[in-house]
Amino acid sequence: MRFYEYESKRLFGKHGVPLPTGSKVAHTPQEASAIAAEIAGPVVLKSQVLTGGRMKAGGVLFSDNPAAAAAAAKKILALTINGHTPRGVLVEARAPIAQEYYVGVTWDGVARLPVMICSDMGGIDIEEVAETHPQHIAKRNFSTLLPFSDFMAKELIASLNISGSDLNRLAQITAGLARIFITYGLTLAEINPLAKLADGRFVCLDGHVDMEDDARDSQKAILKELGIDPEEKRQARPPTDFEIKGVAVDAGDHRGVAGNVVEFDGDLGLVIGAGGGSLTLFDAIRKHGGRPANYCEIGGNPSVTKTCELTKLILSKPGVKKIAVMMNVVSNTRVDIVARGVIKGVIESGHKPSEKIAIFRIPGSWETEGFKILKHYGVEYCDRTVSMYEAAGRAVAKMRVG
Amino acid sequence: MSILITKDDTFIIQGITGREAVNMSRECLDYGSKVVGGVTPGRGGRDVYGIPVYDTVRQITAKTRVDGSVVAVPPAFTRDAVYEALEAGIKTIVVVTERIPRFEVAQMVELARLRGARIIGPNCLGVLSPDEAKMGGLGGRAVDAKKAFKKGPIGVMSRSGGMTTEMCNTLTAAGLGQSTAVSIGGDAVIGSTYADLMPLYEADAETKAIVIYCEPGGRMEAELARYVVEKKSRLPIIAFMAGRFMDEMPGMRFGHAGTIVEGKADTTAEKIKRLETAGISIAERIEDIPALVKTRIGMTG
Repeated sequence: MRFYEYESKRLFGKHGVPLPTGSKVAHTPQEASAIAAEIAGPVVLKSQVLTGGRMKAGGVLFSDNPAAAAAAAKKILALTINGHTPRGVLVEARAPIAQEYYVGVTWDGVARLPVMICSDMGGIDIEEVAETHPQHIAKRNFSTLLPFSDFMAKELIASLNISGSDLNRLAQITAGLARIFITYGLTLAEINPLAKLADGRFVCLDGHVDMEDDARDSQKAILKELGIDPEEKRQARPPTDFEIKGVAVDAGDHRGVAGNVVEFDGDLGLVIGAGGGSLTLFDAIRKHGGRPANYCEIGGNPSVTKTCELTKLILSKPGVKKIAVMMNVVSNTRVDIVARGVIKGVIESGHKPSEKIAIFRIPGSWETEGFKILKHYGVEYCDRTVSMYEAAGRAVAKMRVG
Repeated sequence: MSILITKDDTFIIQGITGREAVNMSRECLDYGSKVVGGVTPGRGGRDVYGIPVYDTVRQITAKTRVDGSVVAVPPAFTRDAVYEALEAGIKTIVVVTERIPRFEVAQMVELARLRGARIIGPNCLGVLSPDEAKMGGLGGRAVDAKKAFKKGPIGVMSRSGGMTTEMCNTLTAAGLGQSTAVSIGGDAVIGSTYADLMPLYEADAETKAIVIYCEPGGRMEAELARYVVEKKSRLPIIAFMAGRFMDEMPGMRFGHAGTIVEGKADTTAEKIKRLETAGISIAERIEDIPALVKTRIGMTG
């Protein structure tokens, strides 16, 4: 879960990372003007959205006095960026910058350890720096078992040939970031750019924090402190009503997974799963020229009721002509239970299973019992001799017939 | 030979009295695995299908040799259970539990390294050596597992548990049995990656080729490509890449926790490029895998 810039900065500030003067969120032009008056100097105003490209879209503006700040805030608050409406405008003091740095902490999936990264080229894409200027980037893994110690950050900074007071200031900020990363179950904590001002001070100009979903249960206190609702999911785009209903289906019954849905514009509803099988099947449908209406995971032995509710949800989406029920060879999900649930859902939605179900391809556990039920209702089913790709092809072909 | 588990290896199941774990115990026993005990604190003295239940891991290791453990306890207690197994000297630990925070996984992996042990998972279905033993839920009931998995020369590794069975079933139907199939888990940080397990397959004379299932997200495929080139691996590798549609949707989560495309190197297109450069064959569809395997190992037909 990504944090807004103002939330990231609040977290940084709480742990001693220096922020620009002011650094408060305004929700109205009047509030922006008041913050600018407090700062009493040039300010920067930034749209608080969970998407990149703010500067290009006009979501970052500068002003020299409170009246101009109010006008700039009005513009930003009315601006939608990549479909995101801003949560407010962050108003901060603007100071002359001598140099930009990058510091970040993230996971190294190969070493399976956290990694601290520092660069004396901040403000641009760090992956690009790593490729084009590897000598300007330093990395260092640290243990998850031993306590974090400041010398690790010092060694990292020193390896970029940084010395004097810059070394101590940068090391302190980096060590703080590493502790924040560990303390809050983060997957990313970065300051980019971290600016060295003309007077020698360092300040965090922009920051980015990502918290792992699986860590949220143990991080309730800090989420509350930052004003983040425990129910709030932050994907790359906001969830649709259809997706929210899917989550409700899943939450309604603890058995198995059924309802992790993502909505698309097509006409073929998918009841597919689980993780890897659904990726394979979604690709296959598209390769055959099919138009998925949704991506939906089902697995881990959901109950008949849960499968039925999910089927009803998918059929309720306008434009869905048929559904395809497909999985890889299953181990613990019972084929007969899925068959029962899907058929119940189709009938309760007022349709005939033989017409609405384009294909049913789930081989494996309890398949004989499952296939018997499907045969009874005249549904086309496939056993394991029909590949996932072939089954997807048959479903798409049926959509063309009508 | 098999890697990770043979019919002679013994293992225990931590959290054995849980609903899913009870079923898994039955499946493993029926498949012929040597399950020598289970652990559920407070339930010592009971039994699950004749498997004696103990309060602690050490109560079992004090009595008998234990080669491995399957950890199937709730997420909040998983790290402690894994530490307990590691400190009791167990060397192969399969963690099936889902939704464990990355930091805790990293801690388990770090301690395992210090203890010279290996973790498979978390969020995986375990390991299966056909006709030898199965350790975890892979393949489901013994009767189902025997349909999909047959003994033979192909090593299989997969980030998706379900797709492990699907790929093995396809190989079996084409007359290509498996040496050992490993469901490595779908999380961003896992105990054993493709590259970690390669040396075990390399050392197994019966393994002639490797089949892997890949997804977007993470650097695991790039790491395998580097391993193959640097170590001059003797084993031909065939990779199936799922989730190609995700390249168009960076930042969106589909499937496993580890699949979010975060950078350029995470995309399927970039992964395919790196794998191909390292001499790894890419299968467009699951059913293309057997023919590619046969070509690479010089089998005709």
